[in-house]
Amino acid sequence: MTILPLQDPASNARPPATPRRISRKPTGGDAVFANTFRAIGASVLVITGGIGLFLAYQSWPTLRHYGLGFFTTRAWNPDTDTLGIAAVLVGTVQVALIAMVIAFPLAVAAALYITEYAPPRLQSTLVAVVDLMAAIPSIVYGLWGFFLVEPHASDFAVFLQRNFGWLPFFHVGADPNAAVPDMSRYTASAFIAGVVVSMMAMPMACSVIRQVFSQTPMGEKEGALALGATKWGMIRTVVLPFGKGGIIGGTMLALGRALGETMAVLMIISPEFIIKGRILEIGTDTVAALIAAQFGEATGIQLSALLTAGFVLFVITLLVNTLAAVIVNRSRSGAETS
Amino acid sequence: MTALVEPIAPTAPTAAAVGGTELPRRDQNVLPTPRANLGRLPVEERFVTWGARVAALALAWVIVERILPVHGLAWFLFVAAVANVALLAVGTAVIGSTVAVADRVVQWLVSTAMVVVVAAVGSVVVYVLAKGWPALRHINFYTHDMTGVGANDPLNRGGILHAIVGSLIELTIASLIALPLGVGTAVFMNEIGGRFAKIVRTVVEAMTALPDILAGLFIYTVWIIVLGFPRSGLAAALAITVMMLPIIARASDVVLRVVPGTLREASLALGASRWSTVWNVVLPTARPGLATALILAIARGIGETAPVMITSGNATFLHLNPAGGMMTSLPLFIFTSARSGIDIQIQRGFGTAAVLLALVLILFILARLVARPSSNKPSLSRLLKRVLRLNTLTQSAGYDVVAADPLSEIGPIAPPQERTTAHPVSHYPPAPDEEVP
Repeated sequence: MTILPLQDPASNARPPATPRRISRKPTGGDAVFANTFRAIGASVLVITGGIGLFLAYQSWPTLRHYGLGFFTTRAWNPDTDTLGIAAVLVGTVQVALIAMVIAFPLAVAAALYITEYAPPRLQSTLVAVVDLMAAIPSIVYGLWGFFLVEPHASDFAVFLQRNFGWLPFFHVGADPNAAVPDMSRYTASAFIAGVVVSMMAMPMACSVIRQVFSQTPMGEKEGALALGATKWGMIRTVVLPFGKGGIIGGTMLALGRALGETMAVLMIISPEFIIKGRILEIGTDTVAALIAAQFGEATGIQLSALLTAGFVLFVITLLVNTLAAVIVNRSRSGAETS
Repeated sequence: MTALVEPIAPTAPTAAAVGGTELPRRDQNVLPTPRANLGRLPVEERFVTWGARVAALALAWVIVERILPVHGLAWFLFVAAVANVALLAVGTAVIGSTVAVADRVVQWLVSTAMVVVVAAVGSVVVYVLAKGWPALRHINFYTHDMTGVGANDPLNRGGILHAIVGSLIELTIASLIALPLGVGTAVFMNEIGGRFAKIVRTVVEAMTALPDILAGLFIYTVWIIVLGFPRSGLAAALAITVMMLPIIARASDVVLRVVPGTLREASLALGASRWSTVWNVVLPTARPGLATALILAIARGIGETAPVMITSGNATFLHLNPAGGMMTSLPLFIFTSARSGIDIQIQRGFGTAAVLLALVLILFILARLVARPSSNKPSLSRLLKRVLRLNTLTQSAGYDVVAADPLSEIGPIAPPQERTTAHPVSHYPPAPDEEVP
């Protein structure tokens, strides 16, 4: 038996207690903490976001000076003050697309191999190899491309023109059937730059696609196999439809990287400001390579023009990447619900 | 009562007589069929696989060396590959259906693509190491700079000490700026939250995709043209910082996000302030992930060429003052050497590329070792973690290292789940302007 303590009648006489006001607003030291870190976040926002704003702000003088013709002029002659990025933009897209034509099938197939075919022991090694591929600096790929790939790739370009020269984009202004083809016409082309850039774009696409593939629900895969599907049947009906968003998003992410690639392209191409579809022929240029090659001589309005070109590149990569992130994230959130 | 649970007599004839189960009797004369071996392909499939390979090699030799006018190892391999897949398809069609043919052909395509990828990476690494080997053999390559050394001088004169030291100085400065700011931003995004944090997160994620040349151009224009500072190692370090900052912030964000909310709540319930919670609970829990984030950012920063080329000029001598004067770094030295067109200097460039590649490889392995959960076996990874004091609290606290693996950071990450929906009972972190009645 418990004896309850007797209530002191005197305590009842006190005024009724009002509830304490509860607030989640940080006070004292917590407020200092919160505001300090808010300031850090704001400073990082200023540093990173500032680049975009700064580049945008710098394009005003360019547009005032050159007008909208800046986007349609195909020349970069600081001496005669005719600057334009039409040819450079086309070259950028060209190199990136060539890179993606090579990188896309390799990325999807490598991702499939790692998630579906590889023996379990090899799996983590292959993942590491692909991630390492992404970590190799672009200058090393540039060296590799310039000294090892370029001679072989131009031989291959001669072969392509000889046998597929009737395709307009494989045409080169030289005779491939000559006893000694004029090899200088086949080097430093958009094609070779694209081959090297594909090495940098591939691992990025592969790693995103692999992650999405590995999230395929096990139950559905086993269901397909239990119904008698072959491995390819299972991949075609379960893994690929499931990873569609990841494939598209990962490819676009890699495209964003390919568009902004600088050093490897700068080392390989020979600058030329002509819009042309002949990808095997010498001469092309990209925005990033243009900036890297021209910044030293640029002053005043030309520097501003380079910054404008940079802003255009920035906007394009930002759009491509944001779209890619949205697509990948949407496909992943689907993974969580099923 | 007991009569109901009385055991039934196990005598079989009685059970059969009252309509019980009758077991099928095994026919003693028929041997049981051997169980199919699921671990490996049947004999005929193995024969088709290996037969197609051998036949493809022979066929390729005939076609390349005897029939076609093309020569060389590349053509041989190409023809062998095509012949292999054709023979494989025909062979499978003989013993199986078209479905099986499609299966085998796709398997072949996928495996070949993987071989191509691995061969490409291997060719990069082997080629750079092989071409750089003549330079790498000389001790003076690591201990001398290029002062007074002409580009045509033999490899036993001159070296890349200035580039190594320059890279070290620039990366140290960049890390010292980027690490606190990046981790601080991640803490802000995770522990304080709110609408502003969402804006910061969006911008930081967008900036991981910034082309590197633009970071260099930004610092060049603001720091050198507008503010009038000279081209220097400091400017290069700032450009590298701009590249590293989003990487560290984003990777740390991923890592901090998976620190269990219960740990924070336990700390707060004990009366710790929020700063104390972050410093003593959240950051130590995430320490391996944060280390990985830093290592990855350094591995990225050490190879940045374009921003460095724009912001810091090329010097041929050892220069220790980052604030004034030009400072060479490893990637910049590679670029200028490769562009020189002189054989000896190009060899130096390859040697430098090999050094850079080795550094990236070491950083990469380090990041993997730090990020992965350690097994129970005594290993280098465990030793390393003990030395670096990356303790195992994280594993015991249900911290999912794989989900937080910042190595997956190169792709976009899943949008942050609202904590209120994921854990309805969790009130952490509180929105700053939220009032509780």
